[in-house]
Amino acid sequence: MLGLNKKDAGLFTIVIVLTMLAPFILNPFPENSELAQFNAGYPDLMQRFVIFGIFAIGFNILFGLTGYLSFGHAAFLGVGSYAAIWMMKLLTLNVIPAIIMGIIFAGLCGGGVGFVARSRSGIYFSILTLAFAQMSYALAYSVLTPITGGETGLQIKATDSPLMSSVPEGEIGRANLFGLEMGSSYELSVGGWLFTFNAGYYIAAVCMLIAFYLSIRLFRSPFGMMLRAVKSNQQRMNYTGLNSKPYTLAAFVISGMYAGLAGGLMVAMDTQVGPERMFWTASGEVVLMAILGGVGTLIGPVLGAGMIKYMENIISKINDNILHQWFAFMPDGIEDFMVFIIHPFIGKGWHLTLGIVFMLVVIFLPGGLVEGGQRIGRLFGRKKRAEAEAESTAKTPAE
Amino acid sequence: MEALILQVLNGLDKGSAYALIALGLTLIFGTLGVVNFAHGALFMIGAFCAVTLQRLLSLSREIVDETKTDFLGNPLKVDIPYLYDWFGADAGQSIINWSVPLAILFSIPIMVIVGFAMERGLIKHFYKRPHADQILVTFGLAIVLQEIIKYFYGANPIPTPAPPAFTGSFDFGVLLGFDPFQIVYPYWRLIYFSFAMIIIAGVFAFLQFTTFGMVVRAGMADRETVGMLGINIDKRFTIMFAIAACVAGLAGVMYTPINSPNYHMGMDFLVLSFVVVVVGGMGSLPGAVLAGFLLGILESFASMAQVIAIIPGINQIIIYLVAIIVLLTRPRGLMGRKGVMEE
Repeated sequence: MLGLNKKDAGLFTIVIVLTMLAPFILNPFPENSELAQFNAGYPDLMQRFVIFGIFAIGFNILFGLTGYLSFGHAAFLGVGSYAAIWMMKLLTLNVIPAIIMGIIFAGLCGGGVGFVARSRSGIYFSILTLAFAQMSYALAYSVLTPITGGETGLQIKATDSPLMSSVPEGEIGRANLFGLEMGSSYELSVGGWLFTFNAGYYIAAVCMLIAFYLSIRLFRSPFGMMLRAVKSNQQRMNYTGLNSKPYTLAAFVISGMYAGLAGGLMVAMDTQVGPERMFWTASGEVVLMAILGGVGTLIGPVLGAGMIKYMENIISKINDNILHQWFAFMPDGIEDFMVFIIHPFIGKGWHLTLGIVFMLVVIFLPGGLVEGGQRIGRLFGRKKRAEAEAESTAKTPAE
Repeated sequence: MEALILQVLNGLDKGSAYALIALGLTLIFGTLGVVNFAHGALFMIGAFCAVTLQRLLSLSREIVDETKTDFLGNPLKVDIPYLYDWFGADAGQSIINWSVPLAILFSIPIMVIVGFAMERGLIKHFYKRPHADQILVTFGLAIVLQEIIKYFYGANPIPTPAPPAFTGSFDFGVLLGFDPFQIVYPYWRLIYFSFAMIIIAGVFAFLQFTTFGMVVRAGMADRETVGMLGINIDKRFTIMFAIAACVAGLAGVMYTPINSPNYHMGMDFLVLSFVVVVVGGMGSLPGAVLAGFLLGILESFASMAQVIAIIPGINQIIIYLVAIIVLLTRPRGLMGRKGVMEE
């Protein structure tokens, strides 16, 4: 199917089904139940799942394949966002030109930065990319204020009148796709459940699927093979007469374009940008996502992005009262003790949970969640086989 | 001329902090071959040692002072630090005022323990893993450490003043024969700079003139051979890690009066310190110190009003700009050796 082998086609189909049915899958608990706070099926969070998924897929093309650890990837996200919002302010409120512009600008910046940074490898590359990202953050914050809006960032205002869209006087324009507004959603109420189907989410999801498909093709292509060769032994590659630099540069630009796509989509969903999007912590976050999910695997980064964004939203929402409800069945003293123990890890302390989970993953599961899944799968597989063998051996003497 | 000298002086204190952190980073990298992203967190822990000591010293009991009343006419409650009871009011207060210098003594054992625990508990297991893994696990550790501090001390900066004897500033210009009030420099910054110089000199002397330092230098050059000579080099490297942690911690302790410590100060300094290390040359101790002071002074020059008028925004990006230029023209940094961290 579509030039994919059977295994990849299976994976791709699963991803398609999961993203399309996400409003159902992420809302497993009825609206009024106590567990409803674990529901992730609201548009804002689902959009973030897929957008950061795209960002992480792009990062993975660079880090997972070539082994170049970029610590400044958020800069391209920011550039894409700024380009997209200017398209919306000036040309049209339709999201497609904005997204395309985001990709192009991020790609151009990726080309420039990559051209300089690729001349060094190892930690020098990380520091160079970090330096570029911090520079663009600082510039967006101070000198480039006429273009970036400085600290307040950019929003679509009532005074903006895009050339090709007619916005009524004094009204703030909303992002749309040929008239379909990003914020519009259809709500389906079945029993106690409420499912929200959001236009913006599905547009972002389609972008994610295309991005995912392209990354599968890239992973399986000769070009992807070259990138892997860069990672495993660049020197040997050079000795065989191949110049590895154009390949790494191309990977850098591609992954920058993915970041630009994510930035453009972010603007399409929520029409505002601020320089903090380019800060190095944002770059660190995408590194965490890719590592947590599994670097170098196809689905890993998407899983990692989903997990971090889920934790960020859900864990930070839990508070002491909810904990008291959970442990209400315990004797009072133990209940208070449990709440006391868990308290630092919830609410505002979710970064602590994230840090610990991340450390545990790096220490024990260098392959991330994907490797964890494979290990569990193997464990069960072996158990089944062992059981089958035990059964067969148990049966034979009885005969 | 006055302005130039003033900028050099202003750059020195920040440069000292960069140099101290970069020195520790380089020590760890040179000995253990580990890229420690948690080094900024050690700097922050040092700063919070000062905060903790200040709080411990000002522990107080509450008494009702019958002679005074508050605005409602009720007897006023007054906090009396226990130190007042033990040493008398004057001596007690001066001990509290001197909490930052005292924290130097307080922080050394803490930093040594933290350093040992980090090396033996975590980093030891990462010697054979790729550099990317080391960066990532220490990055995770840095997040955890800073979140723990945030949990206990809150997110706001905590003011920790210098002793009153050092709060003012003195007229440096008069010493050099300029007009009075042209070059005024705070006492504490001067102390910070001298302190940094003493620590740096101490570390270099320790490495250069003691048998222990000689063995460590031999281990840095060729770890395997030193091990084959029957020397337990791992143990010595662990001690070096603890010393590096101490250097970062002391840099943090003394920095608190200059900038009130908050939980993310470590990360803020870490990013810049890495740039410093790379500019100085990965693995070169003199390079780290030199680049630290150089970048600190450059940063302060770039924030002069005249310079900003010519190139707007230069003060924000100068360090990164210099790093990019240095990396592209002198790939190994100012004083780096060949073949360090190349792949």
